[in-house]
Amino acid sequence: MDTMRDRFAPVVSQLLDENPRLAVVLAEIGKDGFREAMRRHSDRVLNVGIREQLLIGAAAGLALTGLRPVVHTFASFLVERPFEQVKLDLGHQGAGAVLVSAAASFDWPAGGFTHMAPGDVALLDTLDGWTVHVPGHPDEAETLLRHAVAAGDDKVYVRLSVQANQQGRMTDGAHFVTVRTGRRGVVAAVGPVLDAVLAATEGLDVTVLYATTVRPFDAAGLRRATAMAGTDVVLVEPYLAGTSATAVSTALSDVPHRVLGLGVSRRELRRYGTIEEHQAAHGLDARSLRERIGGFVGTDRVPVRV
Amino acid sequence: MTITSDNSRTYGYEDLPRLMGLMTGDEKHGPAATSTLDVLWVLYDRVLRVTPERRQDPSRDRFLLSKGHGPMAYYAVLAAKGFVPVEWLPGFGSYDSPLGHHPDRVRVPGAEIGSGSLGHGLPIAVGSALGLRAQGLHDPAIWVLIGDAELDEGSNHEAIAFAGPAGLERLHTVVVDNSSASHALPGGIAARFEAAGWSAVTVDGRDQEALYAACTAPHPGRPHVVVARVEPKST
Repeated sequence: MDTMRDRFAPVVSQLLDENPRLAVVLAEIGKDGFREAMRRHSDRVLNVGIREQLLIGAAAGLALTGLRPVVHTFASFLVERPFEQVKLDLGHQGAGAVLVSAAASFDWPAGGFTHMAPGDVALLDTLDGWTVHVPGHPDEAETLLRHAVAAGDDKVYVRLSVQANQQGRMTDGAHFVTVRTGRRGVVAAVGPVLDAVLAATEGLDVTVLYATTVRPFDAAGLRRATAMAGTDVVLVEPYLAGTSATAVSTALSDVPHRVLGLGVSRRELRRYGTIEEHQAAHGLDARSLRERIGGFVGTDRVPVRV
Repeated sequence: MTITSDNSRTYGYEDLPRLMGLMTGDEKHGPAATSTLDVLWVLYDRVLRVTPERRQDPSRDRFLLSKGHGPMAYYAVLAAKGFVPVEWLPGFGSYDSPLGHHPDRVRVPGAEIGSGSLGHGLPIAVGSALGLRAQGLHDPAIWVLIGDAELDEGSNHEAIAFAGPAGLERLHTVVVDNSSASHALPGGIAARFEAAGWSAVTVDGRDQEALYAACTAPHPGRPHVVVARVEPKST
């Protein structure tokens, strides 16, 4: 299977041909994929060098002249390093952009913590007005990239990962999809953790929601699910644990509820190795999820089959 | 935005102290109290091709005030040129006023960017130059005003280092040098830009004719910086 990032340059290159308003801004990372597009649209495919503050500032300037910038690099360098530019040059200026990250929380464990960004979505959550797409499959990534580019002058973050589910699902870029229904709680799985969540909840009487767009948070979708399955909610997110816990609590503020936020731990693991080893270390593998979800919603009558 | 009746009269450079006094409450507020006044006046009076009527015109010149601290001179010039009503000036910094101690582009007619944090204007100006070029708008000039201490910000160095080799001919920077930077390289401001391939001129920032000549000097194929030296901040 190709990766989400493998889709990025071809899809956006095609959109560059179709949409004269579109521009791409890079800081060296990812430029090979845009070699042909850069030749065809040299004024609209821009590489500013290893300069991430300029990357965001320049994107804001492009937007202020009426263009739709798509900005790409690793999440650490796209959101965390130039965070004040994201906050001011885009947010405060009232300028829009599509930020497309790679590397996610730990796509390259052997690369170490410098290239890990489990806090990116939580950090964007301190800002107003961002749409956050977290695709779980290359097909979904392609769909959500198209949504993001077409979203007027909105501020959109698309979080690409090499971690993916086996099959893509229909996503409309806004709402949760109900994958399973049950009566003893709701498990909301975000992006690439869906396969592990489905394995972990097999035989459990729970509703499984699948989210590829987490901001704006689909509060209505969650409320509909809890009306059937009750208000015990487990969030499983491929980034910092509990990132969407506030959104869940806000959605259910008028009813008694419990929330368990699972995801990447805040503590720095300080290990290299493989993605699978990191998933297990953060409790995001199917076996760990089974224990933690089962313990939360109660598994007494259901055999463990993971 | 409604342009008020006060706009029917014409303001000149000599009116600026009074306009600034409306914000500070100090009628004797002199031009020497602000380092940017002469540069701003020369740009808006003689260089920039932008008027209140052309605020949305894609082919207007853009002026980006990056040095957002102490914007009274900027507001006074915008008022004198009819971008904002003179009646707004006395409310400076109050809850209901669009005019804050740092400008907000969303609220101030004619302000191309909001500023306050240092080091944001020049990177945005680079993007604006790229965006206009990509749309075939080769005529509009982009101007950005920064301070000499603001130049310490690394984001500015990213922009300077990119803009020269990228040949952003329509990009212009004015550095108002009031010797406020710690660890400054004496005489080094123009040299830094020149090392990155910019055209550079250093002038007396209180000499309006010299400023005008520096701002209109040809610089084919290269971005251009005007270093405007004014009296040190500490005096």
